[in-house]
Amino acid sequence: MRPLLAIIRKDLKLHVGNRRALILTLAVPIAIASFFGSLFGGQSGKTKSSGVPIQITDLDDSTITRKILTNILADASLKATLVPEAEARAAIKQGKTAVAVIFPKNFGADASSSFFSPGAKPELTVLHDPSRNIESSMVQGILMQHIMQAVSQNIFSGTGGRQLAQNALKRLDLGSGLSPADNGALRGLLTNVDQWLSRVAANTNLATTAGRGSGGGAGGGFSLPFKMKDEESEAPAESGIGRYNGYAHSFAGMGMQFVLMAAIDWGLGILLERQRGLWRRLRAAPLSRRTLLLGRASSSTLIALSTLAICWAFSMVVFHVQINGSWLGFFLINLGVSTFAASLGLFIAALGRTPEATRGLAIFVLLMLVMLGGAWIPSFIFPAWLQNVTIFIPTRWAMDGYDAMTWRGLGLSAALAPAAVLFAATALCGWFAHRCFRWEAD
Amino acid sequence: MSSPLLEIRQLRKTYGSLAAVDGVSFTVQRGECLGLLGPNGAGKTTTLSMLAGLLTPDSGQVLIDGRALAGDTDPLKRQLGLVPQELALYEDLTAAENLAFFGALYSLEKATLHQRMADALAIVGLADRARDKARTFSGGMKRRLNLAAALLHDPQLLLLDEPTVGVDPQSRNAIFDNIEALRARGKTILYTTHYMEEVERLCDRVVIVDHGKVIADDTIAALRARAGSGGNLLKITLAQAPAGAWLPALRQLAGIRSAELAGALLSLELDDLTASASPILHFLREHHETIVHLSSDRPNLESIFLTLTGRQLRDT
Repeated sequence: MRPLLAIIRKDLKLHVGNRRALILTLAVPIAIASFFGSLFGGQSGKTKSSGVPIQITDLDDSTITRKILTNILADASLKATLVPEAEARAAIKQGKTAVAVIFPKNFGADASSSFFSPGAKPELTVLHDPSRNIESSMVQGILMQHIMQAVSQNIFSGTGGRQLAQNALKRLDLGSGLSPADNGALRGLLTNVDQWLSRVAANTNLATTAGRGSGGGAGGGFSLPFKMKDEESEAPAESGIGRYNGYAHSFAGMGMQFVLMAAIDWGLGILLERQRGLWRRLRAAPLSRRTLLLGRASSSTLIALSTLAICWAFSMVVFHVQINGSWLGFFLINLGVSTFAASLGLFIAALGRTPEATRGLAIFVLLMLVMLGGAWIPSFIFPAWLQNVTIFIPTRWAMDGYDAMTWRGLGLSAALAPAAVLFAATALCGWFAHRCFRWEAD
Repeated sequence: MSSPLLEIRQLRKTYGSLAAVDGVSFTVQRGECLGLLGPNGAGKTTTLSMLAGLLTPDSGQVLIDGRALAGDTDPLKRQLGLVPQELALYEDLTAAENLAFFGALYSLEKATLHQRMADALAIVGLADRARDKARTFSGGMKRRLNLAAALLHDPQLLLLDEPTVGVDPQSRNAIFDNIEALRARGKTILYTTHYMEEVERLCDRVVIVDHGKVIADDTIAALRARAGSGGNLLKITLAQAPAGAWLPALRQLAGIRSAELAGALLSLELDDLTASASPILHFLREHHETIVHLSSDRPNLESIFLTLTGRQLRDT
């Protein structure tokens, strides 16, 4: 036992003694995690999305387009600016905005009349930065909602609506190209609309009542047939819950990444010790190989745990990250990550011949673990096949476990599987190291 | 005669087709200082690694106090103190911290460990630098600390693997003093080196190895006698390396035991310097060779090695 403790004490002393490296290994993950945390939503409810930048040109300037623009400007998902067409096109070219929309002349009238008439429809020009396709798709969806709402409101309200219905009936009389049956059915519909709008106009009370509704009655036009209640996932109230905190994920990811980076150093450190003859001296003592490896693994685990503890403490104090789930589960995940990092260090040492030859491979393994584990970006962004593959990556389980214990606020049971996977990976790496370590190499 | 503290029987270790150690056998008596001498790559460190239990021999036996090492944790290892050729120290720890760590590997009690640390530091003359980090030490001081780290568990047999590599003459002398002090305390020493003068100064007996085989195992006096008692060495540096066509004729001269030519250096072993010097100089003049330097000496281990292997010791 005394030699084991001596190895641990010595490693801790060397770790703490290297002040510059110590500060760097703590400061860098904290700085990067803070940055990533702010990118991925920060503290929910405290930070607002800045909205997708969009520039709009209204060449129509009709009642309908003005209504559409009013709604768009009020939409928090968008950060809209009204500009002349040339300026909008230039902004797209220069990458100053994600999307530009140009409403052509007579857009309002043409869109309304096209509602019930087959044939040419007005073209809405949507320009977008090719590097920002996701934002373009999002803007198109939001635009559709606002345009449909404004146009349908125009059709199904008051005099304007009746006029449109009557015009459409006249066009049917002139010939629509529809079959007699379809022509008859559409005529019936338009006649009923005209009659209904005439009743609405005659009955102010009904119109007023309908106007107060959620947009589904007369005068309200079309609107989404449902309301979205934007409610964040919350843990049971009795657990003293908080909301999603982007820093929880980023500190989990970066903390784990830097602990794994330290694992590379531990592995290479063993190879360096071998080069410097220290391993010969250690092996000359009456110690089992297991004691030597266990000593290194124990000290590495303690260093990893303390690194994670400091990172988490910082995130809790500064960014109000909370452990909304089980504290025991949270500890188990941290312990699993730490033991896994420690055994990964031994694995690297067992795999490599020299530090120089091993470094590249070790960094590649680390990047794969971190990237596929979802430490940089959440794993749900990955393609489906890749998400399936990451089930075999211990770091993916670690990230899921961290999310479960922090902002998701799940109980201990949600930590058991991730912890079990991490401990199994630890055992596997440790077994490999013990079997394959080049004990007789000088 | 008491049983040897260390006995090696037909030790063999191969790496692929290369036999690094090929049937090496020798013994080390208690209190003896044995020099294991050989050029780089002769198999000295491999032999030492097998003695310390770091390498498993392909065949052969290592007996320490009559018993073979049985695994990594065998308490018999406490009898051995290995001083690796490399500076096996933690540079960011102080001298005392280094020693405390290496001592703890042998499960020494705290009080014993502190006493041994003080003794070891005193032996190597670093007592006043105990609290300084190893990285602040000179090369010679690090070598001495490297030696001290092997003394903490009070081993009977010290395995010193080229302990003076890369140190200046003054530090080398300090290390010699340390080793002599250890001998005076009754320690048995196995000292590997490729420096003849170190063996001549420190050791009672020498085992010469070359290409993994023992080529001589005797006291220094006996080896000198084998090379020829009363003989002399003559070294002649010529103005330029000759073709050497006259070398066989030179060897036929009376009183010449051996003659070797390495570049422009002609090395001769003579029965009698007074009788042979003049005919040799005459011979060279007849062959139009110009002598730029000439020196003579009594036979030493260097010449013995030359005699045994036909090569200079530091050739690799």
